[in-house]
Amino acid sequence: MKKEKGIKGSYFQDVVERFLHHKLAVFALFFLAVEILVVIFLPMILGLDPYSIDVMAFGKGPSDTHLMGTDDVGRDMFARIIYGGRVSLTVGILSAIISLIVGIPLGLIAGYFRGKSEIIVMRLADIFMSFPSMILILVLASVLGQSIVTITVVIGVLGWPDFARLIYASTLSVREKEYVESAKAIGTKTHNIILRYIVPNASAPVIIAFTFRTAQAIITESSLSFLGLGVQPPAASWGNILYYAQSISVLANKPWMWVPAGIILIITVLCINFLGDGIRDALDTKMSV
Amino acid sequence: MGKYVLRRLLVAIPTFIGITVLVFFLSYLAPGSPLEMLFMDSNADAQVMADMEARLGLDQPVYVQYFRWVGQLFQGNLGYSYRTGLPVWDMVAERIGPTLLITIASLVLSVLIAIPLGVMSAYKPYSGWDYFSSGLSFIGAATPNFFAGLVFIYLLSVKVNIFPSSGMYDSAGAHTFLDLVHHMVLPTFVLSIQQIGSLIRQTRGSVLEVLQDDFIRTARAKGCLESRVLFRHALRNALSPVITRIGSMIPFLVGGAVVTEQLFSWPGLGSLMVLSINSRDYPVIMGITVVIAVAVLIGNLIIDLIYSVLDPRIRYSK
Repeated sequence: MKKEKGIKGSYFQDVVERFLHHKLAVFALFFLAVEILVVIFLPMILGLDPYSIDVMAFGKGPSDTHLMGTDDVGRDMFARIIYGGRVSLTVGILSAIISLIVGIPLGLIAGYFRGKSEIIVMRLADIFMSFPSMILILVLASVLGQSIVTITVVIGVLGWPDFARLIYASTLSVREKEYVESAKAIGTKTHNIILRYIVPNASAPVIIAFTFRTAQAIITESSLSFLGLGVQPPAASWGNILYYAQSISVLANKPWMWVPAGIILIITVLCINFLGDGIRDALDTKMSV
Repeated sequence: MGKYVLRRLLVAIPTFIGITVLVFFLSYLAPGSPLEMLFMDSNADAQVMADMEARLGLDQPVYVQYFRWVGQLFQGNLGYSYRTGLPVWDMVAERIGPTLLITIASLVLSVLIAIPLGVMSAYKPYSGWDYFSSGLSFIGAATPNFFAGLVFIYLLSVKVNIFPSSGMYDSAGAHTFLDLVHHMVLPTFVLSIQQIGSLIRQTRGSVLEVLQDDFIRTARAKGCLESRVLFRHALRNALSPVITRIGSMIPFLVGGAVVTEQLFSWPGLGSLMVLSINSRDYPVIMGITVVIAVAVLIGNLIIDLIYSVLDPRIRYSK
């Protein structure tokens, strides 16, 4: 890459340049992009079918007809991992978006209007953060029914305190700034102040938190599904593929039924974390001197 | 000091109330009324049902039911299991010990492994050692408990039979301490992996920051031993955020214990939780949730106390 010291580009160019210096993050971004394209388009291109049962192959290892073998019911493992990726990534990303949608307004209200709303919201955030969300998710999912939709919503809603706290902290630091005061003085409407001055200031930590929340949500979903309390078969997710590895005979003798799903899960979470790290370094203005 | 403890206790009370409200209303919303559960198959006549309803207080408004439930709670009565008919408290009580055992053991193990690794990383940043422990922490943080558990069972229990893969004791033979430790090794380590990952990163970051400070240079200038500089001067001052991180590990450890206990057939609250959810045994689900809430609150309180002991500023400023 060419070095352009002294010539300062736009803020955005600087960010991109710093991001590109973080080799692992660039690789992670590339990997995740390919992975997302694969889980969206490969099933259509290859006509993958994760549900139909091959009566000639129950729990058979990799072969010409089944690239990565079949599970004990005779379903194609390769197709299940690709479809499982669709489910796991969708649950991860959507639930992080839900956390964001719930958390940001609450944090804004607490930080901007202060007073009672501040006490109520931040105390609630403390309560949610000090209690094991896994337990609440288990209880909620058992009461509401264990579908992909409820799992996504429950994981998403319970993830709100992270975002609320970030937005709250940055709102507190921005609301006393002179430019906010001048905006108020010339009669700018409250919602405009929030959208134009408060929100953009908090965007960097929120983007970073979003990546980590996505990774966390993928782990939570897979743990639930592994327990048999999350995404239910015949739908596939990386977690419920691994459910069958709880049987010792599968664990000991049929590695194709659990190793690939676990490894792709770890690599995906690892890449999301690297991406988050890369974005953090890139957005950290303290580093640009 | 006493005042500080009292204040932290007062903060814990609304948290506890919040959790009881949440748990109660969730179970209130749960499909299937308690009566249907008690009289699963019988076509008991309407009069008997109505009498029973009145006796259990199910004909009362929700908030009355809630206060009755909380009242019972303080008398140690958590109701009766739909599944076994036993008092919930008895079922829960015998499971508390094993869960405390592996969560506390894994908290201690995480601290013992992660803090030295983090300090060493910060001492020689960007060295081979740092890359090794940073790599370890990244992979640890990205590996779900259950997959780590599967891999360790496969390697150390199936391929080479060094550690048992389930239970607390060998079914035959006396329950010896050594046997218990032998059974604890895998679940404890598996439960720790993710926490070790995040704790290494936290320790490295905060020690690295403190090492830039002037008083470190002063300590070196006056001829302090490097080990003393590192562990007495730097670590002690870097400890606050690390303790906070340890405190925030508690909920994750308890959540992780559910998966780990289920995988290793560990007879704790987590595996009872999974069993109860599968059989829709709501009184037990509620009971476990409340007990866990109390345990977590006590855990947070202990962390707060450690915090104030280590950092005198907290004791006096607030």
